[in-house]
Amino acid sequence: MAAMPEGTAGTPVLALEGISKRFGAVQALSEVDLEVHAGEVVALVGDNGAGKSTLIKVIAGVGPADTGEIRWEGRPVTVTSPGAAQGLGIATVYQDLALCDNLDVVGNLFLGRELRHFGVLDEVAMEKRSRDLLHTLSIRIPSVRIPVASLSGGQRQTVAISRSLLGRPKIVLLDEPTAALGVEQTAQVLDLVERLRSQGLGVILISHNMVDVKAVADRVAVLRLGRNNGVFDARGTSQEEIISAITGASDNAVSRRRARSDSPKEATDE
Amino acid sequence: MSDPTSGQTPPGAADPAGPAGSRRATGPKHRADPKDTPGPAGPAAQAQIDPRLLVREQGFAGYVGEFKRRMHSGELGSLPVVVGLAVIWVIFQSLNSQFLSPQNLSNLSVDIVATGLISVGIVFVLLLGEIDLSAGAVSGACAAVLAVLHVNEGWSPWAAVAAAVAVATALGLVHGLFFAKIGVPSFVVTLAGMLAWTGLQLWVLGPNGTVNLPYDGLIAQLTSTYFNQVIAAYGLAALAVAGFLTVSMVGNARRRAAGIPFRTTGDVILRTAGLAIVAFGAAYVLNQYKGLPLALLIFLAVVVAADFVQRRTRYGRSVFAVGGNIEAARRAGVNVAAIRISVFMISGAMAAVGGIFAASRIASASQATGQSNVLMMAIAAAVIGGTSLFGGRGTAYSALLGMLVIQSIASGMALQGVSNSIQFMVTGAVLLAAVVIDSISRRSQKAAGRA
Ligand SMILES: Nc1ncnc2c1ncn2[C@@H]1O[C@H](COP(=O)(O)OP(=O)(O)O)[C@@H](O)[C@H]1O
Ligand SMILES: [Mg+2]
Repeated sequence: MAAMPEGTAGTPVLALEGISKRFGAVQALSEVDLEVHAGEVVALVGDNGAGKSTLIKVIAGVGPADTGEIRWEGRPVTVTSPGAAQGLGIATVYQDLALCDNLDVVGNLFLGRELRHFGVLDEVAMEKRSRDLLHTLSIRIPSVRIPVASLSGGQRQTVAISRSLLGRPKIVLLDEPTAALGVEQTAQVLDLVERLRSQGLGVILISHNMVDVKAVADRVAVLRLGRNNGVFDARGTSQEEIISAITGASDNAVSRRRARSDSPKEATDE
Repeated sequence: MSDPTSGQTPPGAADPAGPAGSRRATGPKHRADPKDTPGPAGPAAQAQIDPRLLVREQGFAGYVGEFKRRMHSGELGSLPVVVGLAVIWVIFQSLNSQFLSPQNLSNLSVDIVATGLISVGIVFVLLLGEIDLSAGAVSGACAAVLAVLHVNEGWSPWAAVAAAVAVATALGLVHGLFFAKIGVPSFVVTLAGMLAWTGLQLWVLGPNGTVNLPYDGLIAQLTSTYFNQVIAAYGLAALAVAGFLTVSMVGNARRRAAGIPFRTTGDVILRTAGLAIVAFGAAYVLNQYKGLPLALLIFLAVVVAADFVQRRTRYGRSVFAVGGNIEAARRAGVNVAAIRISVFMISGAMAAVGGIFAASRIASASQATGQSNVLMMAIAAAVIGGTSLFGGRGTAYSALLGMLVIQSIASGMALQGVSNSIQFMVTGAVLLAAVVIDSISRRSQKAAGRA
């Protein structure tokens, strides 16, 4: 990827430092650091309950951190509301897509920010921009004028992601975008993630699927029990190493299974 | 959010080779692979247009294809009711040749107005996926307020009308606040409202229970005025057709200029001709009797305005969004509480307007105004007309179409001398049929989605 090396070299678009967040008795995040550069896909992985969604909500302004610093293009910022995050250029696609099934694709893409023409909805401009956007992202759907209820899961996911792009974000947060999808539809979404990267956007991708992670991510950040447990270069790291970091030990059920058929490998932190 | 004139596509998304020329371009099915074509220019340049992509088929094949798709995905809209209305008219006309007489049709067109206006408000509430059971009681209470203020207190008719509508809007605000802010189900809030405002109606009317309106007063004239000049009905028909044609042509020209699918000229002419036949046919029939009824004119204007609000404004889009998926609407920045409260206010206001026309029709407000089956007819009309009970699907025109069905049945049965009992049962069956169609189309929509 042409954009990647220069991206990682410069100032990260988004940098988190020492993020902690607590829910009552649960310390969901402690001292978490994370960096995302332009044109880079960072996979955020970790076991269930590791704090991935909590971290996404911190960045998206839905559930601000208790302590820690967020820097946007080098400047410290406070992200205390979804509006503030969107204002900076952070777009979030939640696990539950939140599309209106009864509205068509154009209606969903522009929901809450409809274009108007003398106070009246400008369907022509919205349809044109929707088509241009989908065209640019090579997204195929039969028509932008059918209700999203009649789209497949993968198409709905791509509509949800496209929707987040209308605000011209610099960072896109995707929470398990492929969790409910089949093989072909997963490939569609991963293609789209790669297109976002090639257009210079930073992407944080949560996924439990190591194959997907290895396929599209540039770096893999592992969370374990609310703490950083290593950031790996996706190309130069084996799946076993990442899994070890996720589960917290080289001696675990996954690696023991591997060891029986394969030569065992030690986990390394960074 | 961002300036509408600035591009909202992501960086690198500029695509000057816009779809105008390439709209119908076909090409081999090929997924752009960014690994082969790195850099921002890659995907845009690589993207091929899928033959199915965003292309609306044109001409006759387009209609057939679109119809099949709608059948399959359960988006029949107003089609069943139009067919049903035609069947009803054929049946009653064959039973009694008086049915399609100008006098009967003209009376029918005025009889639908009062309940139809209430139904317009109900459509808004149904679009949210909620229900307003208080609309009948509100219409009766506000007719009483109007009559008492005008006749007993000597207010001018306009002031009394304004006061009645204001009271109803306030009652709607009360329902909306309890529903949206406290979270009481709309069914319960408006059921309580139905009881309470029926009490209010009785209290306002006082011991006599009936207040007569002056026969030649402005309020009575709302439903007794006919524009008997031939030009009035034809003029309205011509205006409607010309307006429709202009809007279609201008919209089409803009779509063509923007390079997005547009209707063919033949299509526009066909639709305009269809509207012209209905409009001039209705005008002809009305002119055979007393001319264009003022009440019908007002009702049509309200329906067109409501449809405009629902489909062409940001407010209407928000109503549909809340009816479709509250969470999605909220995350998109829609003020869900404000939408809900305002919709109940609209429903209240429309109930009052309907109540005023009901009082006008019989030149009195009584304890019976807005009672018994008025509410049920208003809800039935909206549903029969094609507005979904499940929220998020429907149109203001369903109030007009549904009322035409209900009133046609009532009128046809009355001509046959059939008793009220049968009439209720038939209307009930029609309502059930409408809800069945609604439920089936909802189910097939679910099945078609997330395939
Ligand atoms: N709103 C909340 N209230 C209380 N505890 C929460 C809340 N959200 C998350 N948690 C807790 O924080 C931890 C991290 O959760 P989460 O971020 O959802 O994990 P992941 O997305 O990695 O599976 C879990 O122990 C979870 O129970
Ligand atoms: Mg999660």
